[in-house]
Amino acid sequence: MLKISDLHVSLEEEQKPILKGVDLELPAGQVHAVMGPNGSGKSTLSYVLAGRDGYDVTAGSVTLDGDDIFELDPDERAVNGLFLAFQYPVEIPGVTNMTFLRTAMNALCKARGEDEVSAADFLRMVRSRARELEIGSDLLKRPLNTGFSGGEKKRNEILQMAVLRPRVCILDETDSGLDIDAMKLVAAGVNRLRNPTRSFLVITHYQRLLDYIEPDVVHVMADGRIVETGGPELALRVEKTGYSRLLKKVA
Amino acid sequence: MPVQKSGNGGLDAILAAVDPKEGTGWHGLARRDALNRLRTMGLPVPRDEYWRFSGPGPLIWPIEGTSPETTRPPVDCTMPLHASAAVRSVFQETDCLRMVFIDGVFSPDRSDDLVMANVDIVPLSEAMALDIHWSRDLFGKLEADGQSPIARPLAALNTAVARNGFVMDVHGQVPKPVCMVYLRETDQSEAIIHSLVKIRKGASVTLLENGPGAARLNSVLEIDVEQNARFDHVRVQGRDHDRVAATHQFVRLARESSFRSFSMTVNGVHTRNETYIALRGDEAKATVAGVCVGDGEFLHDDTVFVLHDAERCESRQVFKKVLGNGSKGVFQGKILVRPGAQKTDGYQISKGLLLDGTSQFLAKPELEIYADDVACSHGSTCGALDEDSLFYLMARGITRSEAQRMLVLAFLEEAIDEIEDLEIAADLRDRLAEWIARHSS
Ligand SMILES: Nc1ncnc2c1ncn2[C@@H]1O[C@H](COP(=O)(O)OP(=O)(O)O)[C@@H](O)[C@H]1O
Ligand SMILES: [Mg+2]
Repeated sequence: MLKISDLHVSLEEEQKPILKGVDLELPAGQVHAVMGPNGSGKSTLSYVLAGRDGYDVTAGSVTLDGDDIFELDPDERAVNGLFLAFQYPVEIPGVTNMTFLRTAMNALCKARGEDEVSAADFLRMVRSRARELEIGSDLLKRPLNTGFSGGEKKRNEILQMAVLRPRVCILDETDSGLDIDAMKLVAAGVNRLRNPTRSFLVITHYQRLLDYIEPDVVHVMADGRIVETGGPELALRVEKTGYSRLLKKVA
Repeated sequence: MPVQKSGNGGLDAILAAVDPKEGTGWHGLARRDALNRLRTMGLPVPRDEYWRFSGPGPLIWPIEGTSPETTRPPVDCTMPLHASAAVRSVFQETDCLRMVFIDGVFSPDRSDDLVMANVDIVPLSEAMALDIHWSRDLFGKLEADGQSPIARPLAALNTAVARNGFVMDVHGQVPKPVCMVYLRETDQSEAIIHSLVKIRKGASVTLLENGPGAARLNSVLEIDVEQNARFDHVRVQGRDHDRVAATHQFVRLARESSFRSFSMTVNGVHTRNETYIALRGDEAKATVAGVCVGDGEFLHDDTVFVLHDAERCESRQVFKKVLGNGSKGVFQGKILVRPGAQKTDGYQISKGLLLDGTSQFLAKPELEIYADDVACSHGSTCGALDEDSLFYLMARGITRSEAQRMLVLAFLEEAIDEIEDLEIAADLRDRLAEWIARHSS
C-alpha cells in the first residue's frame, strides 16, 4: 500500500541531509511501529509523507498504491487517504474545532464526488466519536487546539482520524505527554479503526504504547535510516537495552 | 498646534462657498466657532504628525469632473432596498427601523416612519428649523472637545457646513436597532453628514450604519452617553470601490455608561475613521473595534484617541486589517490617562495580515499615563499567513485557497468577537466570507 524506497531528504534551507535512505513497506491492514532516538528523523519522515514544505527529496520515492505521492499537494494526499496525526498539533484561534472538522469532511466529500453529509448527521457522528475519546462537546466548540492540554490535543488528532477515516494513518508520537489513561483512550481509538484495508505507521519513542497498539512489524530508526526491523519483540528489546546499546551494535 | 499658513487654497475655496446664513439658528454659533477653529488649524497636510501614514489628499482635493451626465442610474424607489444588488446586503434580515440617505440627503420616501418607542429621531435638515434645546448643547461641542491635543480639521469643517444627518434622543430602552442606510447615487457626489445622539440616563440603543454615503463622505457623529446608558454601534462602510471617506465619532461617557462601536470596511479607495472617546464618569466602559479587508487600491486608517478622565474605567481597542495587492492599513491609537484616573484598565491591540509583499501595515500605538494605579497594555503585530497553520489545514484535505480563506477569517475573528449581538456578528462574518471568496483566486 505505502512504499518508501531509498528515501533521501535534506532540509531545503541548510542543505542538511536528514533522511539518508529510508526503506519501508507498509502493506494494507498492518500496523508498523517506527522507534528511534530523538533527532533520528522520525518527524521528518512523517512531514515528508504528508507533504510539508521545507524539505528537498534528493533521492528515492514514495508511492501510495503505486502512485508517486510527491506529485500531490498535501490536501490531495489527504483526500487520497493519507493522514498524519501531528506530534505538535497546530493551534488555530478563530476556527472552531467543529467548523474545522466539517470543512475537512466536506473537502473530502467534494474531492471524491460524493454528496456532503447533512449538518445534523455529521454533528451526531462527530459527537459519538468524540464521546469514545472522552472529548466533551465544549472542546468541539472551542477554537481548534487553542489552549487544549497536551492530552486533549492528541485525542483531538485521533478524533479527526476517526471522523475522516483515512486509509493510511501516520501517528507521530501521539503517546508523548499522555498519562496512562489518555494513552489507553488513544490506543483504543486506533484499535477501533484497525481493519484489513487500513494501515498504520505508529511513530513512538517508547515501547509502552505498543502494549496497547500491537504492531505487526517494528522498525528502529537512527540517523536517518531504518537500522533494524523485526517483530514486536524488537520493541521490547529496545526498551530494555536502550537505543545507545542497539546503535553501537549497528555501528 | 502650529497654525497652517500655506496649502490652504482648498480651504479658502471651501470657506468661500459657505453660506452666510449658516451663522443663524440654534446651530449658528457652533458653526461660526467651528469655522474659526478650522481657520486656525488649517486643512491637514501630509507632514502633520497624525497624517504622515495616510495623506489627506483624496479627502480634501476638489472632486474632479463634476458633470451631470455621469450620474448613475436613478435608484428605483419601487424596489425594496438592496433588491437590485446581486449580493445580499448586510443587516437585510435585521428587524430595525431604517432611515435612508441618498448621496447624503435624507430620503423620507425610502425611509420607514421615524416612529419608535423611547426614541425621537429627526433628520438634521428638519431639526435645524426646530428648537431642540439639547442639541444646542451637543452640536459641535463634543467635536470641539475632541480637537485637543490632536487637531481634527475635517471634523471642524463638517460642523461648519453640514446640513444633513440625524438628531436622535434616546430616553429608554429602544426595542429595535435604528439602521442608517447611506446610498450613493451620483458618481461625484459629496456628502457631509453630521449627527447627534443623546442617550439619557439608563437608556440604550443600537445604531447600525450601512453604505458608502457618497463618492466622498465626511461624517461626524457626536454621541453623549449619560449615566448608566448604553450605546451599541455597528457600521459597515459600503461596497463601493472608488469611494472616499473621512469619518469622526466623538463620544462622551458618563458614570457607568457603556459604548461599543464596530466598523467593517471592505472596498473603498481611501478611508479614515477617527474616534475620540472621553471617559468622564467613573466605571464607564468603551470598546472600539474594526476590521478591514483591502485588495488593490485601498487605504484604511483608524485613528483612535481614548481619554481616561475618571476612575475604574475600561477601554478596549481591537483592530484587524487584512491587506493584499498593494493595499495599505494604518492604525494610530492612543490611550491618555489623566492624573487621578486610578484603576484605569486600558487595552489596545492592532494587527495586520499581509497577503503579499506589496502591502503595508503601519501602526502607531501610544500610551500616555499620568496616574500611578493603572493597567494599560498595547500591542501591534504584522505578518503573513502562518505556514504551519496552512499546512495543518491542508493535511486534512482542505485546499490551499480554502485554507487561506479560513485563516483570513480566523484572523479577523478576534475583532468580530467584540460585537455583542451574535446575529449581527454572524451576518458580518457571512458578508466577509463572501467578499473574501470573491476576491481570492
Ligand atoms: N526545520 C528544521 N530546522 C533545522 N533542523 C531540523 C529541522 N527539522 C528537523 N531538523 C533536524 O533534523 C533531525 C531530525 O529531526 P526529527 O525528524 O524531528 O527527528 P525525530 O522526530 O526523530 O526526533 C534533527 O537533527 C533535527 O534537529
Ligand atoms: Mg519527532
